[in-house]
Amino acid sequence: MSERRVTIASRVGLHARPAGIFAEAVAELPLEVTIAMEDESADDAMDASSILSLMSLGAAHGDVVVLRAEGDGADEALDALVKILETDLDAE
Amino acid sequence: MPTVSEQTKSTEAQSEPTSARSYSGVGVTPGRIVGVIRKMPSPVSEPTVGEQLSGAPEDAVAALRTASKAVHSELKNRADGAKGASKAVLEATALMAADPLLIKGGIKLINNSGLTPERAIWEAGASVAEMLHNLGGYMAERAADVLDVRARIVAELRGMPAPGIPLSDTPFILVGEDLAPADTATLDPSIVLALVTSSGGPQSHTAIIARALGLPAIVAAAGVETLTDGTEIYVDGAAGTITLNPGTTERTAAEAWATTSAILSVFDGEGRLKDGHLVPLLANVGGAKDAVKAAAANAQGVGLLRTEFCFLGRDTEPTIDEQVEAYRGVFDAFPGKKVVVRTLDAGADKPLPFLTDASEPNPALGVRGYRTDFTSPGVLERQLQAIALAAEGTEALVWVMAPMISTTDEAEHFAGMCAAAGLTIPGVMVEVPSAAIMSASILTHVEFVSLGTNDLTQYAMAADRQLGPLAELNTPWQPAVLQLIRLTAAGSETEGHHKPVGVCGEAAADPALAVVLVGIGVTTLSMTARSLSAVGAVLASVTLAEARDIAALALTAPTATEAKARVRAALPILAELGL
Repeated sequence: MSERRVTIASRVGLHARPAGIFAEAVAELPLEVTIAMEDESADDAMDASSILSLMSLGAAHGDVVVLRAEGDGADEALDALVKILETDLDAE
Repeated sequence: MPTVSEQTKSTEAQSEPTSARSYSGVGVTPGRIVGVIRKMPSPVSEPTVGEQLSGAPEDAVAALRTASKAVHSELKNRADGAKGASKAVLEATALMAADPLLIKGGIKLINNSGLTPERAIWEAGASVAEMLHNLGGYMAERAADVLDVRARIVAELRGMPAPGIPLSDTPFILVGEDLAPADTATLDPSIVLALVTSSGGPQSHTAIIARALGLPAIVAAAGVETLTDGTEIYVDGAAGTITLNPGTTERTAAEAWATTSAILSVFDGEGRLKDGHLVPLLANVGGAKDAVKAAAANAQGVGLLRTEFCFLGRDTEPTIDEQVEAYRGVFDAFPGKKVVVRTLDAGADKPLPFLTDASEPNPALGVRGYRTDFTSPGVLERQLQAIALAAEGTEALVWVMAPMISTTDEAEHFAGMCAAAGLTIPGVMVEVPSAAIMSASILTHVEFVSLGTNDLTQYAMAADRQLGPLAELNTPWQPAVLQLIRLTAAGSETEGHHKPVGVCGEAAADPALAVVLVGIGVTTLSMTARSLSAVGAVLASVTLAEARDIAALALTAPTATEAKARVRAALPILAELGL
């Protein structure tokens, strides 16, 4: 199991357009990726390819989330996803 | 009452034995158009509770996945062709259509409970929507998007047309039951020629959308739901009539309208009667963008600035700085001119999570408008501070008014709050009949009143603005409503200082009613900027004495229909201009 901790950079948080961009990127991967808030257990993690799950997570600007994935290419995939969350997607 | 009549063409159409069927409803926006119709599909009905699968679950799961993908790509295609805010909305909705949380929820119900895919996605959508709703604020608003996506997937599974405005590359007349506020995002006025609905009243969402887009529209036209796609019809938005099989007469009328509407599109910037009596014509605006457009249409100021634009779609109160910036954008569009700011009008059809109680049994009679200051003190005070700060350093003449004032005490209290904020021209809206009756007393405390005819009509007639079956009650042509307006104007005369009495409801945008209002004693009219030219042209055709005579015809009429008929007969210019 690979794991990454990342701070949400988008000023509006992981909502609306940023959530859409992120969910689409996850959906394109051949792996299952989960997302949880920093203080939540891995059991409560949600499907990161679901815009509805991301929205219900309610991660705001500055919150730290944990991404998890398993299998071949998990590390590379997570590194790419971290870059997305570290960008202020709403500013683009 | 709307009727369906079967009328044979009169002798003037000598050799044509065909019969022209017609329908009638309530005309809400003038315009004469010939075009083919496209129907708004009926809303998707709920699949039966517990509806059990007859075939293999694997096939049902596959059908659900296929439908979800189809809806996803259709919405994505639409998003690619859209711009701005609607693009963002469509992109997010497209993602929801293929969302694992939603689809997996549906698949689980197929596999575990043996439900049909239609019922399964219906229930899965309901639980996701409920989850979002419970999160509140922004998430709660997205619940409606999930329900929209769910309906699209069910329609796809059933092989029915998707709900919403039909896609078309060729112009058409949209026929439906009623439009929802969300339909505005996808309604393209360069493709939709006119709107005709079987339900809805003159204040329904359809009517509001039509006025904002300047589209000819008829509501409450019972029977039009039976028309089929591709039928050619003639729509007369002023008369409220729809004619099937349009002939030469109708085509000529439509062509003539195309010419007059071009002439009617210009307002010279000074509202006056034939005898030179001045009636300033102002615009109703909902933000800086509107204000710039209204200024370009030569509006003589803003008679109603709806400040809700700053507040709607938020779950917390905007800061004073945010408000100042938003208001200043409007003030800057009207240097040296009057801008009447209406303080926050939340509640009823405009709920705000931090201010109004959504569980009220009767929100139209609940804590709304000025009354939210009773339950959430501070919000109004801060808004007045923001308006005063925004007014500093601009050249606009800023007036402020409170909505939903019922008593003299409330008016006096509001005037006190304005004075404390440094705002010198306080006023109130007259929407509640008690305020119309008490206007003389109210005007001893404030500098002006402005009649909100939409709510005044709803309250005087005890008829919900949104209900189609009550459309006939819900018109400002009701003599009782006109009498309340007369009482308000008379109250200003009694008070004695010639304090202005304006109208900022939809009534001001109706050129025939505008004449009546001026004759009754209304001093300024404020309307959607698109109506300025038509209202200006008709007002310029009468003297003040004539307007008073015409007003008397309406005030003494026994019914709304009779009032309108009398006034239209006295104003031949309306027919000449096709209004």
